[in-house]
Amino acid sequence: MQESTTKTLRGAEIIAETLIEQGVTHVFGYPGGYIIDTFDALYLYRDKIKQILTSHEQGACHAADGYARATGKVGVVMSTSGPGATNLVTGIATANMDSVPLVAITGNVPISSLGKDSFQEVDIKGVTMPVTKHNFIVTDVSELADTIREAFKIALSGRPGPVLIDVPKNVQQAVYEFTPAPQVKREPREFTPDGNAEKAAEIISNAKRPLIYAGGGVIISGACEKLREFAEQNDIPVASSMMALGAIPSPHPLFMGMIGMHGSAAVAKALGEADAIIALGARFSDRVAGNPNKFAHNAKIVHIDADAAEVDKVVRSAAHIISDLCPALDYLLGAVKRKSNKAWSERCRELRKIHTLRDSDKPLCPRKLIRGIAAASPDNRIVTTDVGQHQMWTAQSYPFSAPRTFLTSGGLGTMGYGLGAAIGAAVATNDTVTMITGDGSFHMNLNEIPTAVKNKLNIKIFVLDNNVLGMVRQWQTLFYGKRYSSTTLNLPTDYVMLAKAFGAKGFVLERNEDIESTVKAAFETEGTVIVDCRIISDEFVLPMIPPGKSADDIITELEEQK
Amino acid sequence: MKQYIITALVSNKSGVLTRISGLFARRGYNIGSLNVGSTENPELSRMTIVSEADDATIRQITLQLDKLVDVKKVNVLEQDKSVCRELLILKLRVSPEQRPELESACNIYKAKIIDLSPSSLIAELTGEPNKIDAFINLTAHYGIIELVRTGLTALGRGEF
Repeated sequence: MQESTTKTLRGAEIIAETLIEQGVTHVFGYPGGYIIDTFDALYLYRDKIKQILTSHEQGACHAADGYARATGKVGVVMSTSGPGATNLVTGIATANMDSVPLVAITGNVPISSLGKDSFQEVDIKGVTMPVTKHNFIVTDVSELADTIREAFKIALSGRPGPVLIDVPKNVQQAVYEFTPAPQVKREPREFTPDGNAEKAAEIISNAKRPLIYAGGGVIISGACEKLREFAEQNDIPVASSMMALGAIPSPHPLFMGMIGMHGSAAVAKALGEADAIIALGARFSDRVAGNPNKFAHNAKIVHIDADAAEVDKVVRSAAHIISDLCPALDYLLGAVKRKSNKAWSERCRELRKIHTLRDSDKPLCPRKLIRGIAAASPDNRIVTTDVGQHQMWTAQSYPFSAPRTFLTSGGLGTMGYGLGAAIGAAVATNDTVTMITGDGSFHMNLNEIPTAVKNKLNIKIFVLDNNVLGMVRQWQTLFYGKRYSSTTLNLPTDYVMLAKAFGAKGFVLERNEDIESTVKAAFETEGTVIVDCRIISDEFVLPMIPPGKSADDIITELEEQK
Repeated sequence: MKQYIITALVSNKSGVLTRISGLFARRGYNIGSLNVGSTENPELSRMTIVSEADDATIRQITLQLDKLVDVKKVNVLEQDKSVCRELLILKLRVSPEQRPELESACNIYKAKIIDLSPSSLIAELTGEPNKIDAFINLTAHYGIIELVRTGLTALGRGEF
């Protein structure tokens, strides 16, 4: 019986034991006065759980997020109370917007000191309420283990998300019995075949020009193979949101490219021509449907999602299925009448052929560089980015071919996400990770370079260094009369020396001719590498659908570019 | 825009009210009134929220509420198929000479006088919100010292 395995432990040890029981092997974090007991317990259990100490709690949180996105497992981050806890907030909000399973454990002042403005006291449960899927404060050690188990279940199940558990110091110190329990399982949203599902199948069966709009849910639910099967069986072209890149290999003949503000013009055109949109695990964000009233205006929308609140939130659907994607796609594979949409899929292939992305004619072209990085990398190489122009160029030009290979902050748009995420992904996979960033984003959290170096992680960082905050500058150029308010960075950073100072290796890349050799050198150099990729300040991310506009208003060419 | 009555069974734990009111504030949903009380199950409270919204928004509100771990069950009540009540406690400035007249008004409305002082009284009235409104309008000219309304509480009729 389990009784025999019952031990009497301190709360802190119960935390460590429960994490181990839940299959946790790595904890990202930063210690402090009110989590010292739990770090003490982690020390005792160090042969089972590895601690990854970062420079800052935000980096730790992004690392736990990157770990989770790379593996599909729950990422765990731990910090002390007060500033330690508030430093997690951006990371938690990032995970929340992109439905990443994360468990954050924070220490807090003893219960007797709560509410008294004690040193390093913050109501982190209150602070994180709007940016977590759920959160807890544990006030009784008898509830500690079950609360952690519940947190893991909530983080993983349905539409995943971050869960925070705040544990006051006296709860970490209190003694209670601990009995191990089985690892909790992800509980996917169940599929119920009903009238709605039949209607969805009927709309898809009758469509002459159907288009799949795949969202991040495809990757989260592990439905990539089924998506491919469904698309192939019914000859339906696939457009992918940024979060779903890699769900279907980009060379696939049915893949059309990215949808949205900086999505492919072929997709924008196809959206206008389609008579049915099949949205799979997608949420019609304003970066996808800038103008919801004009989104795919000739199409009936079939929306399939695990989160009922996403249906009809932005765009009105003609039919919907509330379910995990795997069983829903299984149903559609059987229920949709197979037929060839050859004329339409040919049309989509032709659109993809016509609407190519244009390379810059400047000495170093960002797209050529990104293709060069991809050419030197295996298909399963994980790429992380920060946020801005480099992120969009990567999304547009990197030929992602496997799920969980593109880790980027989609919903929250968190500059400074990429390095932490790369650390988490490198720890999770024990493999080389590529990070593509910009000089603006990189400066937000480059304090984590030494974290990568001291953990001997093979992170290859390509800084698209244009001396400006490129994406904001692009908006200023297009919509704000070229008034470059606070976007000229003029950073005096010497990236080669910076790399050296932190124990990494630096390179400079200035010309297209050197892309191949520099990228090769970066990947062949052991450890963390920073490549200063110098591009001009006025490269643009095109195509672009201006904010609030529809696919018909797409800008594919600019005077400024000529 | 229409007035809707949302009824929800929620965990009886600290912070649940903040979670729910926070959801309304964050997503810009209207709260006309909100009240919470205990139920036959000590682990659950019942919340009745009156909100003015269009059909699509009210659907979003219930779906978003339903996602909260602490919300166990949520429904929109149809007004003609539910029992809706509100409690009013009203303190009026009344001279002894005015009292008989006011007492007869209270009788008509089935309001109870529950406290008396030489210059004031407190009346209690339970009913649908429009009845409460009418009673307040009727008695206002005596001089309202202060009043409190609970906001609407409601249950669906029949087995639900």
